[in-house]
Amino acid sequence: MSQADLNARIITATAAELGRAIAAGTWTSVQVTTAFLAQIDAVDDRVNAFVSVDREGALAAARRVDERIAAGERLGPLAGVPIAVKDLLCYQELPTTAGSRMLENWTPPYNSTVVQRLLDAGLVILGKTNLDEFAMGSSTETSAFGASHNPWDLDRIPGGSGGGSSAALAAHEAPLAIGTDTGGSIRQPASVTGTVGVKPTYGGVSRYGIIAMASSLDQCGPCARTVEDAALLHEVIAGHDPMDATSIDQPVPAVAEASRAGDVRGMRIGVVRELGGEGYAPGVEQRFDEAVELLRAQGAEVVEVSCPHFDQSLSTYYLIMPAEMSSNLARYDAMRYGLRVGDDGQNSAEQVMRLSRGAGFGSEAKRRIIIGTYALSAGYYDAYYGSAQKMRTLITRDFDAAFAQCDVLVSPSTPTTAFKLGERIDDPLAMYKADLCTIPSNLAGNASASFPCGTAPEDGLPVGFQVMAPPMADDRLYRVGAALERALATRGTSTVIPQLPGSLAEPSQEA
Amino acid sequence: MALTEREVARLAELARIELTPEELRLFAPQLDVILDSVASVAQVATDDVPPTSHAMGLTNVFRDDVVRPGLTPQQALAMAPVSEDDRFRVPRILDEE
Repeated sequence: MSQADLNARIITATAAELGRAIAAGTWTSVQVTTAFLAQIDAVDDRVNAFVSVDREGALAAARRVDERIAAGERLGPLAGVPIAVKDLLCYQELPTTAGSRMLENWTPPYNSTVVQRLLDAGLVILGKTNLDEFAMGSSTETSAFGASHNPWDLDRIPGGSGGGSSAALAAHEAPLAIGTDTGGSIRQPASVTGTVGVKPTYGGVSRYGIIAMASSLDQCGPCARTVEDAALLHEVIAGHDPMDATSIDQPVPAVAEASRAGDVRGMRIGVVRELGGEGYAPGVEQRFDEAVELLRAQGAEVVEVSCPHFDQSLSTYYLIMPAEMSSNLARYDAMRYGLRVGDDGQNSAEQVMRLSRGAGFGSEAKRRIIIGTYALSAGYYDAYYGSAQKMRTLITRDFDAAFAQCDVLVSPSTPTTAFKLGERIDDPLAMYKADLCTIPSNLAGNASASFPCGTAPEDGLPVGFQVMAPPMADDRLYRVGAALERALATRGTSTVIPQLPGSLAEPSQEA
Repeated sequence: MALTEREVARLAELARIELTPEELRLFAPQLDVILDSVASVAQVATDDVPPTSHAMGLTNVFRDDVVRPGLTPQQALAMAPVSEDDRFRVPRILDEE
């Protein structure tokens, strides 16, 4: 096989296939890693998925895995498989910027639990992926290091905040990626790039060493191109961590098994009435309805459910999230790490703090800090933050009532397909609406995922199918996702992501 | 509720963020619209509803109090803006008044 053909085979393979090929000695991890690094070289100048690429570190890690396999060691199913990590997770070998000038060139002194688990499982970290500043946004346009571009159409957003991870997957620059989801930052990017993204139950994956945005909502999860790949990665990163007080001390749901079963016979699937209708693109609704029908044909029972307080979830979120993030971002005070400006020997610590925060934070961070400061200030606390916390209870009760009738709930993942870069950046409310369907699960803390369900007829862009499951029933997401993936493949609906010009997935004719 | 530029400036002061006059002009109407749109929450949530502050409601989470290796002074100071004699060096902390 020519080098070009080998590269094409590798970068279009699933992570599960790569893991098996590496374990069997068909391909080495070095070959696999080299192919993805070459694809990054070939396309990332246009996609801008990566903030940093660790060529030497990745190849050294790949060599170590190859040596262990050659010595007869039996490793996990993803050993030697490359992965891209959202630049919000601390990793000692690379700067961790959170997409902010505030942390430009900051290299953490320790690894996040998730990164450590990836390394322990033999995964090869290719680099860090772009995100909206401090994971605030739905487009990656608020990143201090420039927006990422959607490989389906480079003029469009790859979603956010985890647009670097979704774009890296869609551009075949990595077979797996790590995301974090506070209001939809794993699921909405997955939706608009035709990839798989899972937000585990809150507390299912450790937040230790992940830069905090809104601590009661933030959750880390797997991103991939197939349901099984996401499940395999889920099993690597999930599980109790004493370093995170919100980590759940229970066995990880059997997600890989569920992704292989993909059986929805007898499952009760609830379509949420409030997540559709006005404001939803026709092609999004059409593909969503078709996906529901496919699941019905697979033996699921479909019912309609009403969650009346979901209409308030966007408002609730935009009070709770800024309140928590304004508190979390208070730690960037220019004293012990991060950007410091104006330290001229005259300015006081407080003046330096104000100047540094003014220079280090971008517009969206400032907007949200001001909103959060307002919502938490004396005289407004009860009306805003207090009311939002009560609304959170009502939204959770809606979920409880729905899950009493259904095993899972479903909706579109986001109301539209990928919008154009620049289209919503000056209109925060329009931008926030991208998270309309994903926010309820963050507020209630349950498990939720987005799976590809074809492309919208009007623009040919991918549509995401959201599945929501009760807390610690993450396996149901994979059961439904895998059934949908198979039904779409059987029906011949293409979920294949188009290749960019110059992509190594399509070796030139003469090669 | 009309959030004025003056109010935004006051909030920025509380949040220790220096905002330029242009930022104040840009943010005041934007923040006003955002606050307006979220105000509906206050009308729906009534007094008899308990607040939720945390998704899973875990309380009193403990781990064993065991000695573990921590960061060395070099590691802790490696990313400091300025350090001196194994310490973080900070600007003067008292305002001249």
